[in-house]
Amino acid sequence: MKTFDYVRPTTISDAIAAAAQPGAAYLAAGTNLLDLMKGGVSRPDRLVDVTRLPGLDRIEPLADGDIRIGAMVRNADLAHDADFARAFPAIAEALLSGASAQLRNAATVGGNLLQRTRCAYFYDTASACNKRQPGAGCDARDGENRLHAVLGWSEACIATHPSDFCVPLVALDAVVEIEGRSGRREVALEAFHRLPGDAPERESVLEPGDLITALRLPAEAREFSAHARYLKVRERTSYAFAVASAAAALRIEQGVIRDARLALGGVAAKPWRARAAEQYLAGRKPDAVSFFHAAEAALADAKPSGNNGFKIELARRIIVRALILAAAGTPQRVPALPGSPFSSVSGVLHDA
Amino acid sequence: MNFSISLTVNGARRDIELEDPRVTLLDLLRERLHLTGTKKGCDRGQCGACTVLVNGRRINSCMALAVSHDGTEVLTIEGVAHGDQLHPVQAAFIAHDGLQCGFCTPGQIMSAIGLIDEGQAGNDPERVREGMSGNLCRCGAYAGITDAVLEAQNNLAQSDQRRSA
Repeated sequence: MKTFDYVRPTTISDAIAAAAQPGAAYLAAGTNLLDLMKGGVSRPDRLVDVTRLPGLDRIEPLADGDIRIGAMVRNADLAHDADFARAFPAIAEALLSGASAQLRNAATVGGNLLQRTRCAYFYDTASACNKRQPGAGCDARDGENRLHAVLGWSEACIATHPSDFCVPLVALDAVVEIEGRSGRREVALEAFHRLPGDAPERESVLEPGDLITALRLPAEAREFSAHARYLKVRERTSYAFAVASAAAALRIEQGVIRDARLALGGVAAKPWRARAAEQYLAGRKPDAVSFFHAAEAALADAKPSGNNGFKIELARRIIVRALILAAAGTPQRVPALPGSPFSSVSGVLHDA
Repeated sequence: MNFSISLTVNGARRDIELEDPRVTLLDLLRERLHLTGTKKGCDRGQCGACTVLVNGRRINSCMALAVSHDGTEVLTIEGVAHGDQLHPVQAAFIAHDGLQCGFCTPGQIMSAIGLIDEGQAGNDPERVREGMSGNLCRCGAYAGITDAVLEAQNNLAQSDQRRSA
């Protein structure tokens, strides 16, 4: 690991000033950043520790019914907040399907948005990677790419965004609150991450010094709480990134879908909102035929970026399954194996 | 540039001068404080061998910068027994053969103590397995580990009931 300066400011404005310098990076829990620094992938000259900044660790209902989640709230604390999990069950399920308990105890809401791709060529400093070194080329294109993007990718980069948390968030219209050198602003999560295009090193709309201070969920997002699920296919049942995942949320009245929300994870460089599928579902019956057509619509623009054509069909099937489970109703409690399509009956032994 | 930090480790206050901010909490525990019960497995947050409790919560100490944890309370495997009296989780691991080579065991035990304290798994084996998935065991002692955590959870729940009765 390259050496660095370490500063721990006590106010947001001091943090922004310290992080606006070239070579600076914010440090929250460090569960992704330290890993990247150990591998020489990230080489910051200065770490600006934001873990002690005041006021960023609260989950607070606002007067207008929105809910604000401070950027330093830990993943486990958000997922296990009973009021939050009742109102936003698919978000709690997504959080609990990610990483391990140890990492969820440390990892933060703000850091989750900014985690880097898990593309092996990005991590391997001996490989060519346009994201790590602009203009270097992309060894993933002709490499081991069965887990890479099928939507929104470019010739320059076929990496995916690894977050589970972001998938239901983008489906539910989450907004990112940002403070920077030019003051405060907010950006819809859907517009926060950038597709690679010809500049895959630019992963979000953040400018130097910009600090994510909070996430906000609109009051209307609670209206999906009775029919909301997150489903994630992994190469092992726990502690693995998504091969493909889906967040599905429905508002059903008198046997008809009034409003649908759908987003995909593991398929693109950003959490992928499937608006065409949502529009298709509105006004239809919540049955397998509707869900199948919605899945077709969601993947209409998908194309393999390598040896990963199977992910398109896999994503379709996960969408259908997630919609069926959402229509059946949110479970009373997050399942024992969160997000798993293989979840067994609670309490039953594997080997029984 | 030097950094002065102070930690409470297994109940004792430790004031430490760090010459380098790159030191992880794991390396601080092992190399500076000579608490080598906490193991370095992958050093990348993937195996759980380095699990300790920080302010009562289980984390991977390899993925934590020591300097950022100034002022925290750290509990390691060396701090869980009372003299010769093992912690109930330690005793249960022995009773259920929850180990073979033992390298992952300190991390497993610290993770199990954290899991039981979180109160999310209860006596559901599926939730215990899921909650312990951040701790790898290359010997494959998982069945014994699950049994040990379930028994320790039950014993601790019963002693809690006795205390409140």
